[in-house]
Amino acid sequence: MDLCDLSALELSRLLGEKKTSAVEILESSLRRIGEVDGRPGSLNAGEITPNDRSRVHAMITLTEDLALEQAREVDRKLAAGEKVGPLAGVPFTVKDIFCVKDTPSTAGSRILANFVAPYTATPVERMVAAGALMIGKVNLDEFTYGSSTESSAFQPSTRNPWDTSRVPGGSSGGSTASVAAYEVPLSLGTDTAGSIRQPAAFCGVVGVKPTYGRVSRYGLIAFASSLDCPGPVSRTVTDAASMLQVIAGPDSHDATAATTPVSDYLSNLEMGVRGMRIGLSPDYFRITFPDGQGGFKEQELPAEIEKAVRHAADVLASMGAEIVEDVPMPNTRYGIPAYFVISRVEAASNLHRYDGVKYGLRTTQNYTDLKSMYKLTRNEGFGLQPKLRILMGMYVSAAQYSEQYYKRALRVRTLIRRDFEAAFDPAGNYRLDALLTPTTPTTAFEMDAVYGDSVLMQYADQLTVPANHAGVPGISLPGGLDSAQLPIGIQLLGADYSEDKLFRVARAYEMATESEDWRKVKPKVLR
Amino acid sequence: MSEQISVEIFDHLVDLAALELNAKQADYLRRQLNNQLASVRELEAVPLDEDIPISLHGVPYEVENSSAPREDEWIPCLDSKAILAQAPQVEDQYIVVPDIPHTTLK
Repeated sequence: MDLCDLSALELSRLLGEKKTSAVEILESSLRRIGEVDGRPGSLNAGEITPNDRSRVHAMITLTEDLALEQAREVDRKLAAGEKVGPLAGVPFTVKDIFCVKDTPSTAGSRILANFVAPYTATPVERMVAAGALMIGKVNLDEFTYGSSTESSAFQPSTRNPWDTSRVPGGSSGGSTASVAAYEVPLSLGTDTAGSIRQPAAFCGVVGVKPTYGRVSRYGLIAFASSLDCPGPVSRTVTDAASMLQVIAGPDSHDATAATTPVSDYLSNLEMGVRGMRIGLSPDYFRITFPDGQGGFKEQELPAEIEKAVRHAADVLASMGAEIVEDVPMPNTRYGIPAYFVISRVEAASNLHRYDGVKYGLRTTQNYTDLKSMYKLTRNEGFGLQPKLRILMGMYVSAAQYSEQYYKRALRVRTLIRRDFEAAFDPAGNYRLDALLTPTTPTTAFEMDAVYGDSVLMQYADQLTVPANHAGVPGISLPGGLDSAQLPIGIQLLGADYSEDKLFRVARAYEMATESEDWRKVKPKVLR
Repeated sequence: MSEQISVEIFDHLVDLAALELNAKQADYLRRQLNNQLASVRELEAVPLDEDIPISLHGVPYEVENSSAPREDEWIPCLDSKAILAQAPQVEDQYIVVPDIPHTTLK
């Protein structure tokens, strides 16, 4: 057992008891990265070798000097008897979509490969202020556009620590893989359609999408501004709650950061679920996939995944929760079609700023005027996924199509929100504290199996995206292994700002299943 | 399956988006766009009453959970050199761009 195998909570305890130092913890994390991560993602990576195929490749930029400086400061404070923050000495990684001052902040894109951020994102700043050690920036789908991390311009892209022939999910694949491979106990990700929860499910870790506005987006390179949510990735529910406690709250730099007081996520964490109402919806046990002929077909959820969710319901019922069956969430199936419209319109708008003028790449080819410089720069700088999103966003928001597509999608979004409002209404028919669902329609798929088919890839998020439309919080937690020994994720969704309740349910499930056999199995890269 | 986005519409979008694609990219992207629109068409089946409003975001922003708008105050940038250092071409503290072509607005 190395220090890096411990949770943030355990590391804090050891540090508090002076049984280790922040520098020793950091060194342990760096050793683990050296053992399992392989070469970091880069532009012009050349051929992917058999050795590459056996490594995790979570990292783009290792910030070990910065982390060492932070660790020494924690140790100095402890030696001097000064107060340290709640995450003192805990290493964490940051999805490379957050700006961190004087650090390359690439968004996984060639167009920002040379961009060094002049300021630090609020959630990162709060982690560092809490004493956490920023050990590196991790890989992601380019501008977060994907569900497998394969679209990054920085290759080799991240692989799943449970089986390196599989994707880690995405877009926060580097975050979840770095946590699953025990490189770090915590990572900061973002979730726009499921980009924390889906890779958390694929990598067998805990991932939280907070209520929209619960965590500031200042310093987050924007994808879809009405949907983007920064959030924690960890291996335990307690660590996720501790991290959210640190990063949540209002921010004068982000007008959409809610001023609603942040709950105490830790005090009631182990109060159990007796009397809580937890819902199951048939609309989350049916999935939709493209039929290959331009249509879509509904099918049953894979049996192993459904079984894991029903097992979780049984476990929670045995602890005193009331399980409410047949909660209607009829607009779940429209989450992806509406997302194809709304997220693309917002992405196209956000991507206009990359033009080779103010920062980032400018083409070195010959150009005649401003417009030709724009075109050459954007063509070189953007990969296929950003281009696809720009074109789709422009099409569906064009004056002649806006009513048919964009406005209709925004009205469907209202219906999706109403599904959740009805389920959680304290005076309604269901009065749920949480809705229990599968996180993903499948477990981790093979590398290259889906990439390129943008529709099929998007449907990987079909069970997570409704929460983004509605703005409600969600958490994915490990719920077992399938017959291929790949992690299955289960999801809890709640009413606005009910993260405290979700953590409580999640922790109850975690404690009750602590001795189940699947919890003893470690990812293949560590066996 | 009918192609909603024809080559002509696609080329127009590419120009508006300030992109320049080779034939292989253009073919792939146009095909993917049409595939995505097939999914989007699922929305046409959703019964929408006239009174259903649009939602620009999920969580309502009320006075209780929103910051008051900031005062419109000028705050000097403390390190303008760091900002300008990111620009691809700078001269005498100005960001340099190529000639801007004359366009007649219709």
